[in-house]
Formats: sequence, structure tokens, C-alpha cells
Amino acid sequence: MNKKKGRKSILEGTGFLLMITIALFIVMYVIGCLLFADKGFAKPQVFINLLISNAGLIVIAAGMTVIMITGGIDISVGSVVAVVCMMLAWMMERKDVGAIPATLIVLGFGLVFGLFQGFLVSYLKIQPFIVTLAGMFFARGLTAMISQDMISIKNEMFLSWAKYKIVIPLFGRVNRRGEVMYPYIYPSVVIAFLVLVIIFLMLKYTKFGRSLYAVGGNEQSALMMGLNVRRTKLYAYVLNGLLASLGGFLFCLNTCAGFVEQAKGLEMDAISSAVIGGTLLTGGVGNVFGSLFGVLIKGTIETFITFQGTLSSWWVRIAIAALLAFFIILQSIFASLKEKRK
Amino acid sequence: MENNVVLTMRNINKNFPGVRALSKVDFTLRKGEIHALMGENGAGKSTLIKVLTGVEEFETGEIRMAGCECAIVNKSPEEAQKCGISTVYQEVNLCPNLSVAENLYIGREPKKFGGIDWKTMNKNAKALLESLDIDIDPKKAVENYSVAIQQMVAIARAVDMSAAVLILDEPTSSLDDGEVEKLFTLMRKLQKQGVGIIFVTHFLEQVYEVTDRITVLRNGELVGEYETAKLPRLELVAKMMGKDFDDLAKIKPEGVSKTKAEVLIEAKELGRRGTIKPYSLQINKGEVIGLTGLLGSGRSELARVIYGADKPDTGELFVNDEKVHIKSPREAMMRGMAYLPEDRKAEGIIADLSVRENIIIALQAKRGMFKRMSTKEQEEFTDKYIELLQIKTANRETPIKQLSGGNQQKVILARWLLTNPDFIILDEPTRGIDVGTKTEIQKLVLQLADEGKSVIFISSEIEEMLRTCNRMAVLRDGQKVGELEEDELSQEAIMKAIAGGDR
Amino acid sequence: MKDKSLVRRITGHRLFMPLVCLAIVLLANLLRQPDFFKITVKDGTLYGYVIDVINRGSELVILAVGMTLVVSSSAGTDISVGAIMAVAAAICCFILSGGQVSVNEYANPYVLGVVIALVLGAICGAWNGFLVAKLRIQPMVATLILFTAGRGIAQLITNGQITYIRVPEYKVLGGSISGLPLPVPFFVSLAVVILAYILLKRTSLGLYIEAVGINPKASRLVGIKSSLIIFLTYAFCGLCAGIAGLVASSRIYSADANNVGLNMELDAILAVALGGNSLGGGKFFLMGSVIGAYTIQALTTTLYAMGVSADQIPVYKAIVVVIIVSLQSEELRKWFKKKFATKKVVESEVA
Repeated sequence: MNKKKGRKSILEGTGFLLMITIALFIVMYVIGCLLFADKGFAKPQVFINLLISNAGLIVIAAGMTVIMITGGIDISVGSVVAVVCMMLAWMMERKDVGAIPATLIVLGFGLVFGLFQGFLVSYLKIQPFIVTLAGMFFARGLTAMISQDMISIKNEMFLSWAKYKIVIPLFGRVNRRGEVMYPYIYPSVVIAFLVLVIIFLMLKYTKFGRSLYAVGGNEQSALMMGLNVRRTKLYAYVLNGLLASLGGFLFCLNTCAGFVEQAKGLEMDAISSAVIGGTLLTGGVGNVFGSLFGVLIKGTIETFITFQGTLSSWWVRIAIAALLAFFIILQSIFASLKEKRK
Repeated sequence: MENNVVLTMRNINKNFPGVRALSKVDFTLRKGEIHALMGENGAGKSTLIKVLTGVEEFETGEIRMAGCECAIVNKSPEEAQKCGISTVYQEVNLCPNLSVAENLYIGREPKKFGGIDWKTMNKNAKALLESLDIDIDPKKAVENYSVAIQQMVAIARAVDMSAAVLILDEPTSSLDDGEVEKLFTLMRKLQKQGVGIIFVTHFLEQVYEVTDRITVLRNGELVGEYETAKLPRLELVAKMMGKDFDDLAKIKPEGVSKTKAEVLIEAKELGRRGTIKPYSLQINKGEVIGLTGLLGSGRSELARVIYGADKPDTGELFVNDEKVHIKSPREAMMRGMAYLPEDRKAEGIIADLSVRENIIIALQAKRGMFKRMSTKEQEEFTDKYIELLQIKTANRETPIKQLSGGNQQKVILARWLLTNPDFIILDEPTRGIDVGTKTEIQKLVLQLADEGKSVIFISSEIEEMLRTCNRMAVLRDGQKVGELEEDELSQEAIMKAIAGGDR
Repeated sequence: MKDKSLVRRITGHRLFMPLVCLAIVLLANLLRQPDFFKITVKDGTLYGYVIDVINRGSELVILAVGMTLVVSSSAGTDISVGAIMAVAAAICCFILSGGQVSVNEYANPYVLGVVIALVLGAICGAWNGFLVAKLRIQPMVATLILFTAGRGIAQLITNGQITYIRVPEYKVLGGSISGLPLPVPFFVSLAVVILAYILLKRTSLGLYIEAVGINPKASRLVGIKSSLIIFLTYAFCGLCAGIAGLVASSRIYSADANNVGLNMELDAILAVALGGNSLGGGKFFLMGSVIGAYTIQALTTTLYAMGVSADQIPVYKAIVVVIIVSLQSEELRKWFKKKFATKKVVESEVA
């Protein structure tokens, strides 16, 4: 047994991918600070706004990471966000449902939605992509069925949640009037980070979490080792459904409205965030904090374009797709290198 | 039940669609016994193991474990594990992305504060691996280690589940001698602890080195159970191959003598890492060369590197004295080769396509995409070969998957005959086929040779090799170990060559 | 006995189920709105709901042809077709308008715009094919890249504007010619179907595609280059998307990067599945997919006629998809078989 050293592995490869991601983020941010120094890109609040506007996406990307670890994919999340926002708005504005029951109802909806998709994927063995593609259209259509028009939320309790500023007594800046301005965050950011930590702990320290990796690594082996593969996958989709609706709720805190076209393409943001963050498309490898960096990169690109001012928003799409292509191809190269070594 | 018996299987029957995989098989395992389960390809070893471990369901029969009152039916590997049956499969069943320690303890991780206690887990893993003399880092992902080490990890996992029955399904095929020795030490250690071990292997030497008892299966049926010490090696080979030893001497080879003709194919030190060690072989025109050896000896692999089904990484290949680099089957076809693969279902038939399409596809591919054969031509060829090979099919448009195994094989044969090859590789062309068809195929092989074509014929049945081959190459453990000329061919000589050693 | 075999022959025919689906949709229409089948003649051109289905279904038919081959060869789907349509439409309009937002005459020859649009469509398909066949990335993930980027690229080409080509001839491809009884898009789709049919049946490409889809290992051993075949199907699918994009663009005599081919990918996949093709690859029935495409268009038109808004239609389609793929599921079949088998046993025991 003198092969103690072991060979360079794909895991190191994916760790390398994550390093690229983090480095990429830092480089982009630094470039932003230099380019847009006059516009205040370096302000702490700009960075924090990145988190605020992407709190929902962070939660959704965490759910996506869980699904992708099992080797699956869920492209319905963007539509789920839309339907969740619409349901919240419709219930509170048109049906006078309180903010708390409305929130609980949409979370329940996400759970059931995930359960149904999970059943089709794990028990009927239908390709996750097809199932969630149908789910995507279903949820989007459902949004339109509830209301074709935009509904703005005026529920006081909900608005108070949305506008509750949590001031961070650090990095204070003096503004023109001589007052000290501290950066602030909204509760959504706190929730998003709470979710990140919980999912991280779950993935690392629970039997269920490890089963997810096992199923994604080699489904057959997981079965042979006595794990209940079907149930694991089902629960993954249920969890993801719940996280998608929670993400939708956070999203709604930002927009305070429901409309049909909301969060279109969000699923692609979530998937690319996970991929850019080092989650393998083939399953078995992934980390929610990697996905966080994926989200931050996407947010930075958006901020760039806002600060730049003349570039159009479709550049975000193209830039993300290019990054996605880059990372997908990189993953594929790593995989074939691994294959060759064997 | 005897006192020291841990596991009995009685009258096990199992059918796959169209095939009887197990027929009234009995099996008994005693405490502290290493029991070899032997048989050639398709004998039913793997199916028996799968039935026992709950991967496959069986139709009738019963399984009993010591300590259980009633018969058990394992519906899943999970249940089998609970009954105390642990398995290490031929293909390593670990999750490559997880660490060694996790693979050892997944599903039963040590907990602390409700979460997985990684520290304890890694410590336990280290202790377990050390107790088995496996010196690796439990925190590293399994995919960092060689297949051999992965195999040891899988065994360590099975052992640690404190199994009453440990099944090792061809665990040694990827291990080197030192590693095998280590495994055997481990097996003997477990034996002393009273674990019953079922050892599936095709390496005879290993069987005689480590096992107490042997059960032989053939064609899904039980041949018998023997004490290893009392069963000579030659007799074991005979039992596996389906000839009673006493009958062997009576049959004389019937091969037709051939004058040495010119060389068609010559391999010089051709080889491929991990499958077949470099070998040299000459194949003359109009000659049938048999490749013989036990399952896993490299007989298919030898042929595959010639055809380009696997890319060779050493050596040279000459066709008609011209040096060629064959990188894909297509190039081999263009050089007039044909290859009937061993695994008919996975590599031979294209299940949903019709008999006609399955027959013409190779010739069509040879001609090229834009030179489509006319429907009339296709039908003529198909009808001709259905007639010639007596293929029993409803009509030429029947999907090939609806045909019986023998007729499917004839279709594949027709596919290759249609391309009019100079050199054809037949890998187990008669497996799972009724006796009548077997004879037809054997005749066909001789006929092909008469026409001046060269044939590589691979079979587990010595008798049919004797009938058809002019010369035989013997393989053992992924290496060509010798050749038998026509006048040396006899059942006994072949078996001795296959068995190797002197026992 | 003979009757039974006839019934079985009819029900067992591969086009039986797709036709039944179509019939159900049409029948539902007949019951709800008898004038669904009313066809009027004006200037030698036919008008009516049915004609509308045939007209509007053209792009879908074209896409379904490409999608069928992709599904067959690689057991995966190309979800970028809608985006490729937008790209093709954008480049065509960009060339014809010479970069202007709205033009009343061509800035460049019409043929140039069309050819470049088709080439670009094929290039997009080839990119997908490269990822799938060479880099062995799962088809859906590989096509996800263009699905994400495609509309962005289209926006880039048109500079974010909706480019109008206000030239009467430009509307021909998506409109109708007086004297011609059916709209032009129908003939375009017919041409694509016939072209594909010839390509598949007059060469051995169709056979190769099926063989690769059913058993890639065996196909390799008989000398078929699997990766080349898969690559070609994706390139062809891209070309089809390009053609569909031109038709769609001609209908609105503009390139609207956000809306050309929107949600068409699901419809195309649905058409393939409805046509009796297994999404697991292998044997394909081109005619089935064509019927499937018209079925979906009929469903869409019906829903419109019933007053369902465009935004809500996906709900019904999603339900249809789930039902179809569930019925195709091996697991469900096994389950039913078991249920059925135990029932039979019980019955025989009772007897």
C-alpha cells in the first residue's frame, strides 16, 4: 500500500474552480472600485446593496445547489418566485389575508410544489429537466391566472418587514450635511444568511445531507450501501420547493408587488450561480458558500452595468451565459482529465 | 439446519424475460467457512448473489439465515444488510466524491449534538483501516485512490458491519499479487471470527489457496458442492465447462488440416494497459484460431484491440504485411474485419430496429451515409440471409428484440457476413443458444475458413473449439501464455493449459 | 379473430395515439363551438380556425422536426430553439435594415439576410452539438447556455430596439399570397418536412440516428461515428430554429428579441412527446411529431378561442406534458402491471 500519496483529484479540481470564482469576484470588485471610484462603487453600502437586492436569489441558489448535488436540476424556481409574489400580493390586497398567514400559505405552496415535482422525478423517474420545465410553465401560467395585472402590496405589516432597516454601526461615513451615515441591511439579508448557514450545516452534519452527496456521487453505490435513494431525492426537491418559496418571499420584500413577468430567467441565475460556485453539473460536488459567490458575481456584473449607465441590461445575460459556458467547459475538461488518469 | 450452518438457499428459481437464470439452485454456507462460488459466464453466479442480497427478486425457493425462525426475502440491499449479509461487488460500489471515512460509515455515522461527529468518524475509520493494515488517509476522497485500495475500503466497510455472511464478488480482479495476499490474510482473520464468506472468483489458484469448499454452477443449475481439498483442479475446470472428466479422453479432435497459407493479420506486442498484456499473434488466411481461457483471462480483450473496439496503447498491427493504425471499428471494417461482440445485448443488437435494419447496418455504414442501399437491395439481402441462416422471425420488419437469443445471434452474424469480411472475430457466438443453432454456427465457421477467410473463435466450450479450430491461443490472467498447434489439441491439453500450475 | 387483429393493427399503429390526441382536441372544439370548422373563401384564400391552426402551427412543425432528431440521437432536448429563433430573426432584420430601426426598403439583398440568418442558426446548433457530442455535456445543460444568452445576443444585434422591415415582400414568408389557398408558412413547413424526410430516407442518416440513439456502443462497433451523428442533429435543429425564426419574424415584419419564439421550446418538446416519440431516444416518427405540433397549436388556438389569455395557456400545456411523460414512465407501467397482475391472481382465485 505504497500509493499513500494519492493522485491529484477532481475534488482538488473543483476546489480550484471555487478558487477561480472567488478570485474572479475579488478582481471584478476591485476593478469596479477603480473604474467607478467617482461614483462611490467602493462604499460599503454598495456592497451591502448587492446582498439586499440578491437576498432571494441567495436562498434560491442554496436550494438549487442542494438539487444539483443530487445530480438533478430545477428550472421552475423563477416561476415559483413569480407565483409566490403574486399569491402574497393577491391574498393581502384582494382577499384581506394577514401578512403572516399569507406568508405561511405561500411557504406551504412551495412545499407541495416541491413534493409533486420530487415525486415525478424520484418515483416515476422522469428526467428532472422535463418535470421542472413543465413546473416552470405551470407556475408562470398560474401567476397569470391569479391576476394579469400588477398588484402592489400596501399591507402595513408586510411593508414594515420590508422597510425595517437594521443599521450596522461600522464603516460609518460622514455625508454632506455632516451626519454620520452607517450602512444598513434589511431583514431579508439576515434570513438569507441564516438559510445559508442552516443548509451548510445540514449538508455537512446530517445523514440526509451526506446522503445527498452520496446519491449524486454514484446513485447505484448509494443504493448498494443501503441508502434510500428515492426518499433522499424526494426530500431534496421538497426542500428546494420550500427554499424557492422562501426566496420568493424575500424577493417580494424587495419588490412589494406581484406581476406575471416577475423574476423571469431567475432560474438561470440560480443555476449559473451554483455552477460558477463550483457545483458539478454531474452531481456529487457542491457547496452553498460557493453559490453565494456565484450570486455575488452576478450581482457585481449588474452593478457594473448600472454604474456604467450606457450599457443595456441584456449584457448581464450575455456575460452570465459566457461565464456559465466557461465554467461548464472547464468542468467538462476536468472530468475528462480524471477519466484519462484512470 | 445443521448447527454450524449460517445460510441456506433452497430451490431458488429466477427467470429473466426469455431466460431461466437460476433453476432449483441450492446453496449452503457454514460458519467460519470460505466458500467459492464458481462457474463460467452466464452460469448464474451473479444472479444468485443478487437474489441473496435483494438486488433482484426470485420467483420460488427460500433463503434461511441462522438465528431467524422463518424464511427471509430480501427486498433491498438495505434489508439484506440488516439480516447480516454484506457484499463487496466486482465493480466497486463506493461514492467516489465522498471521503474514505464517510464511505465506511455512511448511513450509520457517529453523532454528536445531533450532527455527524466527523472527528470520531475519522478516528474510527483510521482505527478500522489500521486493524486491516490499510494505510491510507480516511479524510481524502475515495476517488484519489487506486481501484485496489477502493476495493479494500469496500471490504473494510462490509467487515465493519459485523456481518454473519460476507460476499466477495470477484474482488481480486483488480488487485495485484501483494494486495491479493493482504486480502487473503484479511479473509482468514474473519474466518477465524466465525464469519461465513462467499468468494466469487475465476482465478483457480486463489480458490485453491484460500477456500474450504466449492459450489459450481452451470447454465443456471447447480452442478455440485465439493470440498476444495478433494477436488483436483482439472476436474473443477471440467465441471465448470460442462464435461465430465471421464468422458473427455474419448472425443478426438476433428479439425480439418490446413496447409500453411500466407499471413493475413499479424500482431506484434500489441497490448492495452489494464486489459491485455502485450502479445504477438499471427493469423493465416483460411485459418480458425481459437482463443481459450477462463472468463476474465483476456480472450475478448485480445480480439478487441485488433478490431479497434479498444484502442491499443502498445505494439504494432499488420494487415496483409502492411502496417496499420486502427483507431476505430470503422477503420477495421474498411480493412475487411468484422467483430461479433461477446455481449450480444449491450454491444450487438440494436434492440428497437428491425431484423432488416440490423442486418444491413454494417454494410451500409461501410458504404457511407450518402450511398443508401435501395429498399429492394436491403430486402433482397435480408431475405437471402434469413433463408441462408434459417433465421426464425415473423418477417423482416420484426424488431430484433422480439427474436430469441439464437436468432438474434444469427442476425448479427448475417450483419457481418453481408460485409464480406476477410477476417471475422466471433466472441462467444454460441452462448445461450440452443444446440441445433450451435451446430449450425460451428459449420458456418468451418465453411468460412474453407472460403479462405480467417476467423478468431472465442468460446467457453472446449468441445466446439476442438471441432472448429486449427490452432489455439491460451490466455490466463490477461496474458497470452501459449499456443497449441493442431496436433496438440485435445480436451485434456487445453484444460491443462487453461488451469495452469501442476495441481 | 380477424376483426380483433385489425383493431389491434389500428390501435397499435405508431400514429394512433397522436391522432387520437388531435381528434380529442378537435372534437372538444366541435362541441363547444360548431363554427370552429367553418372555412370561408376570400380572394381564393381560405380562412377559418382550422386554417389558423395550420398557419400558426408552421413554426412549431419546423421546430418539432429538428427537435425529433435531437431527442432521437441523444436522448436529450434542445431548449435553446426559441432563443435561436430570436437570434435568426434579429440578424436577418439587422442585415435587411442596415442597422436602422425601421426601413421601408431593403438595405441589403433579401437573400443575403436569409442565408446569413440560416447559417447563424446552424452555427448556434453546431455549438450545442459540439458541447453535447464532443465535450459530452448533458444536452439540456449544454443548450442552457444559448437559452440564457440567445435573447441577449439578439438584443445586442438589434441594439435593443425592435427592428421593423416595412417592405411588403418581407411579409410574404409569414403571410399569404392571393390565389394561394393556404398561407405561405404552411408551405415553408411542408418544404422543411419534405426536405427532412428526403434527407433521412434517401440517405442512411435516419437509420444512423436511430441506431446511435438506441445503442451507441453497438453503433460504434458497426462503424457509425456516433459523435458526428449527434453533432449533425443539433446543427440541423439549429437550422430548423433559424427557419422558424424567419417565419415568425416575417409575421410581425420585425425582430422582437424578447418575444420571437418565446416559450416555443416547451411546445416543441411537447410536440415530439405527443407524437409518440420516447424522450429516452431511439426510434422516431417524424409524422408523429408533425401531428403533435398541430395538436398543440389546435390546443392553443382552442384556448384562445375560449378566452384564455396567452399568459395562462402554459398551465394547460404543463399539465399535458406531465400526463404524457408520466404515461411514458417505465416505473408507472411497472407499477400498473404489478397492480394488474395481483388483481388477476385474486380474480382467478375467486373463480
